[in-house]
Amino acid sequence: MAENILTPEEIIKTGELVFKKTKLMTDANLSYCPGCGHGVAHRITMEVIEELGLEEQTIGIAPVGCSVLAYEFMNIDMQEAAHGRAPALATGIKRVYPNKTVFTYQGDGDLAAIGTAETIHACNRGENITIIFINNGIYGMTGGQMAPTTLPGMHSSTSPYGRDVHTMGYPLKITELIAMLPGTSYVTRQAVHKPGLVRKAKKAIKKAFELQMENKGTSFVEIVSNCNSGWKMTPVESNEWLDKNMLDYYPLGDLKG
Amino acid sequence: MEEVKLMKGNEAVAEAAIRAGVDAYFGYPITPQSEVIEYLMAEEPHKRTGMVVLQAESELAAINMVYGAAACGKKVMTSSSSPGFSLKQEGISYMAGAELPCVIVDVVRGGPGLGTIQPSQADYFQVVKGGGHGDYNLIVLAPATVQEMADFIELAFKLAFKYRNPAVILSDGVIGQMMEKVVLPPQKERLYDEEVDKLYGSWATTGKKNGRERNIITSLELVPERQEAHNHHLQAKYKKITENEIRFETFNCEDADYLLVAYGSSARICQKTIQLARAKGIKVGLLRPITLWPYPSEAINKLADRVKGILTVEMSAGQMVEDVRLAVNGKVKTEHYGRFGGMVHSPDEVLDALETKIIGGQ
Ligand SMILES: Cc1ncc(C[n+]2csc(CCOP(=O)(O)OP(=O)(O)O)c2C)c(N)n1
Ligand code: SF4
Ligand SMILES: [Mg+2]
Repeated sequence: MAENILTPEEIIKTGELVFKKTKLMTDANLSYCPGCGHGVAHRITMEVIEELGLEEQTIGIAPVGCSVLAYEFMNIDMQEAAHGRAPALATGIKRVYPNKTVFTYQGDGDLAAIGTAETIHACNRGENITIIFINNGIYGMTGGQMAPTTLPGMHSSTSPYGRDVHTMGYPLKITELIAMLPGTSYVTRQAVHKPGLVRKAKKAIKKAFELQMENKGTSFVEIVSNCNSGWKMTPVESNEWLDKNMLDYYPLGDLKG
Repeated sequence: MEEVKLMKGNEAVAEAAIRAGVDAYFGYPITPQSEVIEYLMAEEPHKRTGMVVLQAESELAAINMVYGAAACGKKVMTSSSSPGFSLKQEGISYMAGAELPCVIVDVVRGGPGLGTIQPSQADYFQVVKGGGHGDYNLIVLAPATVQEMADFIELAFKLAFKYRNPAVILSDGVIGQMMEKVVLPPQKERLYDEEVDKLYGSWATTGKKNGRERNIITSLELVPERQEAHNHHLQAKYKKITENEIRFETFNCEDADYLLVAYGSSARICQKTIQLARAKGIKVGLLRPITLWPYPSEAINKLADRVKGILTVEMSAGQMVEDVRLAVNGKVKTEHYGRFGGMVHSPDEVLDALETKIIGGQ
């Protein structure tokens, strides 16, 4: 009955508020599939920027991938890059505004396939930027094709019989590669499919931005994430599959710093 | 203070960039234009003006660094030669779509492929007609002297910012490598960050300060109706540029029976051809387009009413000649002549071509 419906004011009372959306996420409807890790990764990134008081000095860069519209959701100044080129844009911005905070947000196809050169060289120059890298082992946006990070034997629309490492190569551990570069200050691998892991990932992102503010070089946060649509699973199944299969090949934790 | 120096075209570009108060240069070495970045690195402009110079890992990276910095309202440039310009095409299309001002210098060499390091004008199509994807135009200036290599830096930036559009200085290996006297402009101050905010804060991503609306730089619009509207907006801008920014020069056209059309170093060669022809009693004039886009079509069309034939001279297999023919619209015989693949035609060869292809062919 209509008269029994509570208004938001009746539900949200001061003192009982346990969660509030950061003002640095817009009210636009997220374009992500329900259950996808991108939304959580966006939220914790923007929470960190708000908590560190960086809203007015941060410039973010959206990739080409499912998060191509990140600029619709992240309520700060944003640039949209060509596929894979976000670290080059970030370099350009940071070189002309060394005191501003600059980050890229990139998928695994964007960062570890088409943009490998831009990623490695930005990290190798030690650009004072932060890279948030969403590794979901697949090309989500274009309909579930094989990514450089797709696991051996894993099915995708371009490896319909499973990734054959003899003809399709091995999953690229680009984060391990980047950890070897002297230009990087902090390289870590996190996940967001469990509440405890979300808290840890947020802490890592915070550390990454703090190091950038101290001019320590490139800080790099990989987030192993799901793609329930691309993997053709329910959100819950995809989280369980991630936990069971992805983390062996991509173990969580700090690789450097 | 103005200063007179003897310089290579490539060095003049670099020195003029420092003096124009450019904020950053991003580039990748390639012959015959590596002197631009070499000069900049040796000059240490960060000590003179605070200008940033960075050697990128590729032309792809360089143009995307330009994208990032240009999207912050800064005065940014890059330079390359033909194979490198091909690589920059992706970023250029994105910058045209996102309406970002920048200056790109192309010191053209012979192609296709790795081609040769010798001079050429065979990048006309890829620079003037697009080359990247989508409906867009670049403002294209064609210098014919080392002096113009220097002068066009400031002009190119002025036009790029006025219209929020990439501008190209389309040069070639002759002008890039040749040494000439050049009068260098006085040093201009780089803009302070506050000035950039004031001038370009309505669109540039400089940080969402003082409660202003956030700025977004993108070339993406997934709703086709809105992408079409954006394209209409771009076309309206290109029309305005065409109405206001056509630049060209004419020589000896008043009494000319025949017209040469040439740009850049070919235009210099044609000036000598005119002397040789006139000594033989053949009245020849020259139209030199300074802007290759927008193109001086109307001026060529008017001259076509008065001359008996037109020869387009370019170091290519015939690229600009297509624009000349469109301008002439069948009024008078229009042919192409040019050495290419790294060869440079002589004034005599041009005169021979005029006599056989235009005068004799009538
Ligand atoms: C130059 C270019 N090549 C290909 C594409 C098509 N494309 C768009 S997104 C994408 C893959 C994105 O995958 P990923 O980076 O893993 O992001 P996800 O969608 O999985 O988050 C591809 C191949 C493009 N937009 N541009
Ligand atoms: S396709 Fe995959 S990565 Fe993209 S939004 Fe859906 S679940 Fe997320
Ligand atoms: Mg992916």
